[in-house]
Amino acid sequence: MTQSISITLKVNDKEYKREVEPRLLLSDFLRHELGLTGTHVGCEHGVCGACTILVDEESARSCLMFAVQADGHNIMTVEGLTKDKDNLHPLQHAFWEAHGLQCGYCTPGILMTMIPFLKQNPDPTEDEIRHALSGNLCRCTGYQHIVDAVKLASEKMK
Amino acid sequence: MKPAPFEYHAPDSIEQALGLMSQHAGEGKILAGGQSLVPAMNFRVVQPSVLIDLNRVAELSYIREEDNAIRIGSMARERHLEFDSSIKKRTPLLHEAVPFIAHPQIRNRGTIGGSIVNADPAAELPVLMLALSARLKAKSKSGERWVEAKDFFAGMFTTALEPDEILVEIELPFMMPNTGWSFMEVAPRAGDYALMGVAALITLDGNGKCEAAKLVYLNAGDGPVDAIEAAESLVGEALNDNLIESAAVIASEKEINPFGNMHASTDFQRHLAKVLTQKALKQATQRAGESQ
Repeated sequence: MTQSISITLKVNDKEYKREVEPRLLLSDFLRHELGLTGTHVGCEHGVCGACTILVDEESARSCLMFAVQADGHNIMTVEGLTKDKDNLHPLQHAFWEAHGLQCGYCTPGILMTMIPFLKQNPDPTEDEIRHALSGNLCRCTGYQHIVDAVKLASEKMK
Repeated sequence: MKPAPFEYHAPDSIEQALGLMSQHAGEGKILAGGQSLVPAMNFRVVQPSVLIDLNRVAELSYIREEDNAIRIGSMARERHLEFDSSIKKRTPLLHEAVPFIAHPQIRNRGTIGGSIVNADPAAELPVLMLALSARLKAKSKSGERWVEAKDFFAGMFTTALEPDEILVEIELPFMMPNTGWSFMEVAPRAGDYALMGVAALITLDGNGKCEAAKLVYLNAGDGPVDAIEAAESLVGEALNDNLIESAAVIASEKEINPFGNMHASTDFQRHLAKVLTQKALKQATQRAGESQ
């Protein structure tokens, strides 16, 4: 018989209670159970970074966690950055302004990686930004505009 | 939903976890940070029937100084090692090497115990355990024992742990005074598996001669490779470029046994080992001199 476990967690400040099978990945839980499709799924083995979310304010790959492990934890996805599309988070706005995305597939993962990074490094150098981005693959931009956008965001968010 | 089904347990104490390991010996697989296990499960390369998740065992997550050693609970996250002030002061080699482990997102979840028990020859932490002469505490329902790092790694993805044992603590003796360190690796991209890497330690005596040396390599064999002969060749000597080069030749041509892969032939891996060894030994020697 399939095991089913009850979990209660916060996602973007909203509390959810669900029954899950232990093998359900957190990435699939967010997308399929909660309908939060902003978290993108790329490689599903922890290499591409597209599914990066915040677990208790620290970045993590949601494809490398089971939903049951998020029980009692505080999750933030890209949908949590702003509730109003006309009023973007300063980091999102900087990506728009500096053309930090093309197809946009990698963008949510990059944004969620950069949120804690900029908190810990409010005035990063280009080298530090590139190092912080090393766990997120982008196949369109060549990264230059992403680096520019993060730099711009750091200036706006001061 | 890709992993094969499994029975899930999330104990909140070591006692409970050991009970579950004993009950499911041979079938029970520990889930630590999950940064190597979950990818393998997603691919169904690994299909454990019982998963015992240690993430709720708070008593396994600590870093503290005690009896001239740093004691680290096996569930301490790599990110905590990176920013710990005791580790920076007492075992600067570890402090310097942790940022080479994958990416920040991975280090936020990955644990020291998970990486050690996974025993990937290309991983940094097993190499650092050998370099720092760590002792590893294994516990089961029937008792506990300490295993030296040099006796712990038993080949590719294999350790000395018994099926019902859990690695609970890592003991790192403080680095000796007048010791310099260096950690270097070459990877295609920051955070990727390194093609070759080395951890080096040099201790100088009062006359500036080498009193002790250590050279350990990653991705250089079926586990972390301790180049004992190369390190011995430096002991008792006043180090210079020629001695360092000959030690690098011994290590890279005789002692390591790299397998080669799609990114690097074995010859290229040996070449990298030679170059990295020389650079690392020079940096370690210089740092040992500065600390005198």
